[in-house]
Amino acid sequence: MNDTQTSSDKQSSVPATRRRISSPAASLISRAEPALWLTGGSMVLCMVMIISLLSFVFYNGTKTFWPVPIVEATLHDGTVHMGEVTRRGTFIPPASRLDEMPESFRKVVEDNDGEASRKLIRTGNFRVSGEHFNWVADFEVAEGGLKEPEWAVLLERLTWGRFYGTPLKFQIGEEVVADTPEATWEQFKSHHGEVRERRERRRKLEKKGLGKLNHAMEKRRLAIRQTELEFGKDSDEYRKVVEDNRQPLDTLSQKYDALVKEIQALDQENARFVMTMQTASGQDVDIHVSEIVRAYPANRLNAGNKVGIYISRWIEYLTSEPREANSEGGVWPAIFGTVLMTLIMALLVSPIGVLAALYLREYAKPGPIVTVVRIAINNLAGVPSIVFGVFGLGFFCYIMGGTIDEIFFSEKLPSPTFGTGGILWAALTLALLTLPVVIVATEEALAAVPNSMREGSYACGASKWQTIKRIVIPRAMPGVMTGMILSMARGAGEVAPLMLVGAVKLAPELPFDSYAPFLHLERSFMHLGFHIYDLGFQSQNSEAAKPMVYTTTFLLILIIFLLNLTGVGIRAKLKKRFKGSAV
Amino acid sequence: MNAPISIPETVPDNTNRLAAIAAGEPFTSEIHPELDQEQSCLETRNFNLHYGAKQALFDINFKVPKGKVTALVGPSGCGKSTLLRCVNRINDLIDIVKIDGEMTLEGDSIYAPGVDVIELRKRMGMVFQKPNPFPMSIYENVVYSLRIDGENNKKVLDEVCERSLRGGAIWDEVKDRLHESALGLSGGQQQRLCIARAIAAEPEVLLMDEPCSALDPIATLKIENLLEDLKGQYTVFIVTHNMQQASRASDYTAFMYLGRLIEYGPTPTIFQKPHLQETLDYVTGRFG
Repeated sequence: MNDTQTSSDKQSSVPATRRRISSPAASLISRAEPALWLTGGSMVLCMVMIISLLSFVFYNGTKTFWPVPIVEATLHDGTVHMGEVTRRGTFIPPASRLDEMPESFRKVVEDNDGEASRKLIRTGNFRVSGEHFNWVADFEVAEGGLKEPEWAVLLERLTWGRFYGTPLKFQIGEEVVADTPEATWEQFKSHHGEVRERRERRRKLEKKGLGKLNHAMEKRRLAIRQTELEFGKDSDEYRKVVEDNRQPLDTLSQKYDALVKEIQALDQENARFVMTMQTASGQDVDIHVSEIVRAYPANRLNAGNKVGIYISRWIEYLTSEPREANSEGGVWPAIFGTVLMTLIMALLVSPIGVLAALYLREYAKPGPIVTVVRIAINNLAGVPSIVFGVFGLGFFCYIMGGTIDEIFFSEKLPSPTFGTGGILWAALTLALLTLPVVIVATEEALAAVPNSMREGSYACGASKWQTIKRIVIPRAMPGVMTGMILSMARGAGEVAPLMLVGAVKLAPELPFDSYAPFLHLERSFMHLGFHIYDLGFQSQNSEAAKPMVYTTTFLLILIIFLLNLTGVGIRAKLKKRFKGSAV
Repeated sequence: MNAPISIPETVPDNTNRLAAIAAGEPFTSEIHPELDQEQSCLETRNFNLHYGAKQALFDINFKVPKGKVTALVGPSGCGKSTLLRCVNRINDLIDIVKIDGEMTLEGDSIYAPGVDVIELRKRMGMVFQKPNPFPMSIYENVVYSLRIDGENNKKVLDEVCERSLRGGAIWDEVKDRLHESALGLSGGQQQRLCIARAIAAEPEVLLMDEPCSALDPIATLKIENLLEDLKGQYTVFIVTHNMQQASRASDYTAFMYLGRLIEYGPTPTIFQKPHLQETLDYVTGRFG
């Protein structure tokens, strides 16, 4: 009591504190204004970069499918180009061409430092003109030569790309049922549906019916081959198998022939519907209605029609298979492949990563070896992804896959089953690639579990594993989820290693179908990231593929975003379970 | 007590003895004879503990009487929590801890080689300084020690849950939300839940490591009332900073200083007529 009295006396005896007067500069620093600007500025810079990238992709990706008017440009020399304007730009015309152009135009070009404006017109009609696109300089266009013809119709076809022209006449069999653009268009509209429906039925017969028969026949052939490999050609077993299978094989091939006939009948029926189109340059081209995916008179559309076409194109894009070297059609197989591969990867990487992190954090005695292991794991994150691809190809595909083939699929050799790129090997390679992310995130989550909880569990008589299983893992689960989200984002966006271990330009079959075992992990697959690379850099018709690159990029970002959102949702749910944790 | 007269006389003597302890001179604990009549539950003999090179406990010889509440008091860092945490071998989790001497629970050695630590801990319950409910429902928290023994009979679990929560004086507050997260409870409720969890497995001894130090006065009062209720039902060994708490709730009090057991006797004696001047100084707040 006495002590405190004296100490407070002492305090009061100290002279009144002097007021501290600081310089304006010091006050600026002390109020952290510069720090605020510095940190805030960095944040704004990051946001600007990210938002501008995303909005660029969003703008270009979403406008691809919007129908634009068709223009017809008549040039001075009489050439006519009809199509959609896809791009505008400037160029420096050679002097010889400058001399040809009218005086007024030359002056404009000269005033503009010799640069002339031009348009890129998607003219389609590759079989007629040999060109998909044509640059048209503005000075080349004749007086009043730029029109939007009323009956210019755009056809999207199964093969040979787009066609731009005017409908001329419509034939069913030998009979001409329409010979004006308007009547032809009406005829097309009324018959296109049934023709498409027949085509769809034919495709189903081909894919499901023939596919099933093929599958059954292949199975029997492989059984025969297996017996041959096992007993030799001269054995009784071999003869017996051949004999047993002769009857069913005959039945199957009869069924096969019947189906082929049915398909031919459908084809013949469809072949009766022909629409004759006139190109801008005056050529008549007969086009089978069954070849046409979508057609519309671009300059006669109202807003409602445009929205309808936009939506139908998106639906086609999301649900159908690609055609025309991937620059047309949809990306469904790539969406499926990306999501499936990412999910398999997450399924593979999370248990391994979490268990490894558990060992490092809960069991291993801290020391130089653990430190070295940690450094090695962190370094693994810095290895170029293509190296993982090469490793995956060498180790997973050739060594592991080759061994599996030799043991289980010897009858199919020399064509490999697992011994080549496939979705399983791709998922394993990416699992390896994203392992450090999962381990580091999990370790941090485990370190954040308060020791008091562990002690509480031990004090209740729990063993180490019981404590980990019942207390540590549930508590660390949100952090583990963070690791999984990060690894999924990393894995879904990776392309380079996939090119070596199973992603292909065009996969003949999805890795999932109705034949046992349903999930075919050995199959190669399509991937959106690889699809972007292929469209952008491997396509012959790169100008047509370019808008699709944006759209596919937009889609890939959207899918990764959705996968992440799912992860974040699950994490939020887990966090809610542990809310209010004061310790 | 004639404090004004005795202080000037004993202060020099007192500081000398404390200085001697600090200098590492041997010191014999003052154990009151009343303790010899008690049946002991927990006993130590020449118990020493080192954290690496630093010795934290020096030749501790004492026993915790069965069915009584024994309080351990002393200034911060005197080793009382360390001693408590040796009883259920939670200190084993720290690699640098080295122990010699003997400690027995009901005659069974705790530190003998080959002792199953997990089985040993199942005979004790422990309440920690900060409430540490597990990230699960209130119900699962209470029956945790039964679950890890593989008990899944709902009837048994329900019964234990209710009995323990009543024992922890928290049943009425949580009976309607047994399956909600325990982390949503207030600090005081969480600590009473931890006490319920500790008594769920009917431990032979209940260890409490400053159970009220992280709580507000009202929550502290509730826990102290609970301690009164537990008196007689369980052997309780409690570490506390709070003198009032020790004097009110305990049957016996031990005073520790710098890793030594200084004086140990019935609580009223320790607080009113201790044999040693140092103890009197500490319990009356003159040092520490």
